[in-house]
Amino acid sequence: MKEVETKMLERAKELLESGEVARVVGWKKGEFCYDPSPATFESVEELKDFTYDWFCGANLSKYLIQISKKEGKTAVFLKPCDTYSFNQLVKEHRIKRENIHVIAVECRGKFDIEKIKAKGISFVTGAQLDGTQVKVSTLYGEETLEKSDVVLTKCATCNKDYQVQDEAIILHERTKKDVDRFAEVAKLEAMTEEERFAFWREQLSKCIRCNACRNVCPACSCVKCVFDNPASEISAKVNSDKFEEQLFHIIRAFHVAGRCTDCGECSRVCPQHIPLHLLNRKFIKDIDNFYGEYQAGETAEGKTPLTSYTEGDTEPNDVFKGEAK
Amino acid sequence: MKKIAKAKLNELYAKISESMGLFLPIKRAGEVNYAVWGEGKEVSLETLKTVKSPKNAFFPDSENLMKFKTEGKNIEIIDVRKDYKEEKPFVLFGVKACDYKAIEVLDRVFLADPVDSYYQARREATTIVTLACSKPEESCFCKVFGIDATAPCGDVTTWLDENYLYWQANTEKGEALTALVADLLEEGGEESVATQQEATKAILEKLPFSALDLSRFKPENLNDLFNDPAWEEMSEACLGCGTCTFVCPTCQCFDIRDFKTSEGVLRYRCWDSCMYSDFTLMAHGNSRTTQMQRFRQRFMHKLVYYPSQNDGLYSCVGCGRCVNKCPQHLNIVKVIKTLGGKNDD
Repeated sequence: MKEVETKMLERAKELLESGEVARVVGWKKGEFCYDPSPATFESVEELKDFTYDWFCGANLSKYLIQISKKEGKTAVFLKPCDTYSFNQLVKEHRIKRENIHVIAVECRGKFDIEKIKAKGISFVTGAQLDGTQVKVSTLYGEETLEKSDVVLTKCATCNKDYQVQDEAIILHERTKKDVDRFAEVAKLEAMTEEERFAFWREQLSKCIRCNACRNVCPACSCVKCVFDNPASEISAKVNSDKFEEQLFHIIRAFHVAGRCTDCGECSRVCPQHIPLHLLNRKFIKDIDNFYGEYQAGETAEGKTPLTSYTEGDTEPNDVFKGEAK
Repeated sequence: MKKIAKAKLNELYAKISESMGLFLPIKRAGEVNYAVWGEGKEVSLETLKTVKSPKNAFFPDSENLMKFKTEGKNIEIIDVRKDYKEEKPFVLFGVKACDYKAIEVLDRVFLADPVDSYYQARREATTIVTLACSKPEESCFCKVFGIDATAPCGDVTTWLDENYLYWQANTEKGEALTALVADLLEEGGEESVATQQEATKAILEKLPFSALDLSRFKPENLNDLFNDPAWEEMSEACLGCGTCTFVCPTCQCFDIRDFKTSEGVLRYRCWDSCMYSDFTLMAHGNSRTTQMQRFRQRFMHKLVYYPSQNDGLYSCVGCGRCVNKCPQHLNIVKVIKTLGGKNDD
């Protein structure tokens, strides 16, 4: 990963020095090896804090809504999953494509420090991929973990490829994973209604309404969310009853249906680890089923199943019954 | 000092629950938060940091303040506080040193004149049993705020090791609770506790954030700190979510709203977050219009405004929850490092 970071840094320097771009959007180092933050770099000096490693899981695309409105061109490093969000936001006229220079950057899955810590490992000082395993160095020595146990949930089933790139920095090819991203959804579908209700009740009861899922979500790009608008009469800062607890997330999932690219940021940021991505995946699976396979963010143009009408469309009633036409 | 075998803890919980409510770290759907104990609940005292702090024992995420019923031109105001008074006393169990210190921070807000009677009622009905830390982790920095993680205060202080929970009453309330469970306790444990404390202190010394420099966070530097250009860069990745404020043991802001129900109007309050765009929204508009201003407010409150009004007491206790939970890894440690020791000139 170090070589990739070095290449990225070189390229960022070139672009800033030559004046081709006014700023570069990437990640900067944190306090530990595992807590980098998204950052904008406007000069070569600022790049001293630049980093790209196994913990750069954050999706940078949503930041471009604001940044692309700034004077001058912006270069951004996007991972495969981020390119879908980027395309979708371009499609929705939220990002000014002409102001952005996309550098597709290598990604072989990102690690989740919380999953590493949950294994009882603390004081982590570094992590490296070694085949299918991850070597984690700590103050107490080295630990070896299975990669599949420590990657972010969103990376575990990701087989995405770059959908947009003006250039690329890719030194290692990714191996396609033999996984079904809908397997967890299928498990929920196989439950009885009561079991499924109990599952979501238990999960959603943990929600603290911090709105991290909404605020990080590239599909949640409303200038003012209805839940933040006191004039909407439904604004809320708390789940005042069980009904709201359940409905907030379900309504949000409905709102992003057909536009959610399955970037998985919602589940990454949830402080209570609610598997929110499963709601979105259920919708994606249903859309595939009812309207034909569709992947939001694959292109920045074209019609979408939920916003275009064809005579042969599935009837709402069929959707309710869970049967495709 | 007294002790109880770990294997008998469930008996202890059951005994307390006979006459009092018991609020302690419980694992539910994979996450550990403070909740009411009951048979079959999975207690997790070992969890160093519950996701939410125990503050919601006194200051719940949301609570009803009063109800209004209108009939013609008459408005009936229904005080719901009497429901709280009838609540039985409860025990808050397993509170870590940082979270206990945070209760002092909250007390200074809610118990100062004018006293918040909702908070006060719960606070007075509570016996707090603290639990010393034995495995602090790298995001902990309570030491910076003068907190001793190995000897928290509270009505009762406890220590946990492989075999026993050690128990020491500190106050009258603590003595009363000890008497209630006396049959389950046996004498002894001083040595084990001392050994554990020594080992823990050695770890605390070595923690990466154990020597953060707070020297610049003084009332006289308020303007300099407020106007520091570093806020822009520190806040640029902030999502404006409320995670840091809702997991924080000292964040105390709330909003009051009316809710129309079929049986009249319900007035409730709920946690609010200075990170939210409508936090300072007033009739005239909003005094904070950018995320930088909101971000700055949160840390200035913790490190400058609150201490300047509370004898220098910081309203951060170094629990490190924001360090672990911020989706983009922004946190108070980064702010302290960037601004704290910076020379004024």
